[in-house]
Amino acid sequence: MNSRTVEIWVGIFTAAGVAALFMLAMQVSNLSSIGGTAGYVLTATFENIGGLKERSPVTVSGVRVGRVESINYDLESFEAVVSMKINDDYQGFPEDTSASIFTAGLLGEQYIALEPGGSLDNLKDGGRIQLTQSALVMEQIIGQFLFSMSSDEKQE
Amino acid sequence: MLDALQRLGQITLQFFQRLGRGNLFLLQTLASLPGTILRPGLVVKQMYSVGVLTLVIIVVSGLFVGMVMGLQGYNTLVDFGAEESLGVLVALSLVRELGPVVAALLFAGRAGSALSAEIGLMKATEQLSGMEMMAVDPVQRVIAPRFLAAFLSMPLLAAIFSAVGVYGGHLVGVGLLGVDDGAFWAQMQDKVDFHEDILNGVIKSIVFGFIAGWIALFEGYDAVPTAEGVSRATTQTVVHTALAVLGLDFVLTALMFGD
Amino acid sequence: MAEPVVQIRDLRFARGERMIFDGVDLDIRPGGVTAIMGPSGTGKTTLLKLIGGQLQPLSGSIRVHGEEVPGLARAALYRLRRRIGMLFQSGALLTDINVFDNVAYPIREHTGLPETLVRDLVLMKLEAVGLRGAAQLMPSELSGGMSRRVALARAIALDPDIVMYDEPFTGQDPISMGVLVKLIRELNNALGMTSVVVSHDVREATAIADYAYLLSDGKVVDHGTPDELWGSRSDWSQQFLNGQPDGPVAFHYPAPDFRDDLLGSGRC
Repeated sequence: MNSRTVEIWVGIFTAAGVAALFMLAMQVSNLSSIGGTAGYVLTATFENIGGLKERSPVTVSGVRVGRVESINYDLESFEAVVSMKINDDYQGFPEDTSASIFTAGLLGEQYIALEPGGSLDNLKDGGRIQLTQSALVMEQIIGQFLFSMSSDEKQE
Repeated sequence: MLDALQRLGQITLQFFQRLGRGNLFLLQTLASLPGTILRPGLVVKQMYSVGVLTLVIIVVSGLFVGMVMGLQGYNTLVDFGAEESLGVLVALSLVRELGPVVAALLFAGRAGSALSAEIGLMKATEQLSGMEMMAVDPVQRVIAPRFLAAFLSMPLLAAIFSAVGVYGGHLVGVGLLGVDDGAFWAQMQDKVDFHEDILNGVIKSIVFGFIAGWIALFEGYDAVPTAEGVSRATTQTVVHTALAVLGLDFVLTALMFGD
Repeated sequence: MAEPVVQIRDLRFARGERMIFDGVDLDIRPGGVTAIMGPSGTGKTTLLKLIGGQLQPLSGSIRVHGEEVPGLARAALYRLRRRIGMLFQSGALLTDINVFDNVAYPIREHTGLPETLVRDLVLMKLEAVGLRGAAQLMPSELSGGMSRRVALARAIALDPDIVMYDEPFTGQDPISMGVLVKLIRELNNALGMTSVVVSHDVREATAIADYAYLLSDGKVVDHGTPDELWGSRSDWSQQFLNGQPDGPVAFHYPAPDFRDDLLGSGRC
């Protein structure tokens, strides 16, 4: 075979391989959404984060606005500190915005839902969300349910 | 009893001798790599026979593996009402495991065996000896370019396999079974991490390329220079590469995803 | 007499348990054709590989151009090999490139000559072996005799001082054989090289040799000019040169007494 043909084929092969890698990076993985990591950070403390993980979504009214960047435990307040990276497109949440941890569906993953308040001052980069609601833990809910059932019965 | 022990000892000794020769061979090859990089023409020629000629089987297999994953995954997921996660399932299995591993196995069957046979025959027909007598180092001139070509081709082949497979899964899942197109991609992008999944998959395929190239070339170079010896070397290449790839895959998976 | 180009003293070499050479002394004089003859399996090819430094002897000295081959470092050995051409029994042509590129191979590897000059050199060498017209053929398209001639052109491509021929006549038809005999002799005379021919084809080898060695059982049994050898009174030499089936080299492989074996207790 002609060496020019060989070289052209190897060129095609290499280009296809690189294109495949690129496709995997951009189309299949989350690289594109991390892509310009432009965003600002908000933190919030929770008593219990349940099954929240790094990279869990952060939503407002069901719209995804960012993701959880890191989860730490504060030894002084004995609470979990969650920092969220919020996309730059979504700025200007009021200072009294509240954050809750919800579960998507019965078995789905957990996510943070933000609910804007009515304050005129806005949260800035590094700002802290004061109002938080912890994750619902199934055992606790069942326990509370049983407890209230039995107390209801006594009253009757 | 003593005979059996002696036999065991013999096998062990032979194994270690071979391992030693294999390592020396690898060192020699690696030492010749700098000289090989200066002559890219030789590497390009080998990338044709190692990479381009393996491309067809990789693309076809990738497509079918992706399509089967789409079918099987859908049937399982639909019971939980989670068929939107089909994209995640297909992409993660391909990128993390099937892409590197199956591509390496196909590579051993298509390119590795051809490399062993070629080197073995060159040895049997005294071509390697002839080069040595012409003061040309066969490791530098014949082995190193092939090794480099295998090493470079493997990650590309694995990436092509995975990419084609994802489209195969998409074809079946979205095109045939009616999974929502947006959900397919969105969930996938949501759950597949670039560093954790894609890069680790690429690292795996690089390791497999190294191993597959080494085994194929060493088997050929160390072959008994007869027709029987060459056929034995070819078989052993496929068997040893498959074992090494699967074993290493377990180790790598444990290291990468085992925390 | 001139200093020998290759000087071998007390050479010992073993393959596994079997001694191949057990104290061989041998001189190859410059400018002539030296034949090394012996029955199959006496390690004639091994001897050439030892001279070329591809194998290491157990003990003894091999000097080529005054350099001790077994002790040479890699770089020095490769430098020495450029002055030695070798014609392998199988030709050992590279099967993935054509005749022209095969002959050009050592030139391109070792000299930085421009391509036009390489072309001229290759065509000269191919012309010398009469195969200029076959330059574009692939090795698989050549007959046995032709591929040996191409290999010869390649062996002399770098104008070596010494050319070693490993069984150049084996398996050739009478015409190719005649061509090769003529070529080896003429090239030797024209280029002033030293030739070493390893062969068991007595007639052809003695026809072109200036001096010949007979090897058997790891030793030099006889040596001299071809005329001296033909006139030798050694039984072994007579048996080998005249191809008698029985003599000092027995027809039978060593075995226990035939009678005992037949009447024996069936041990095997």
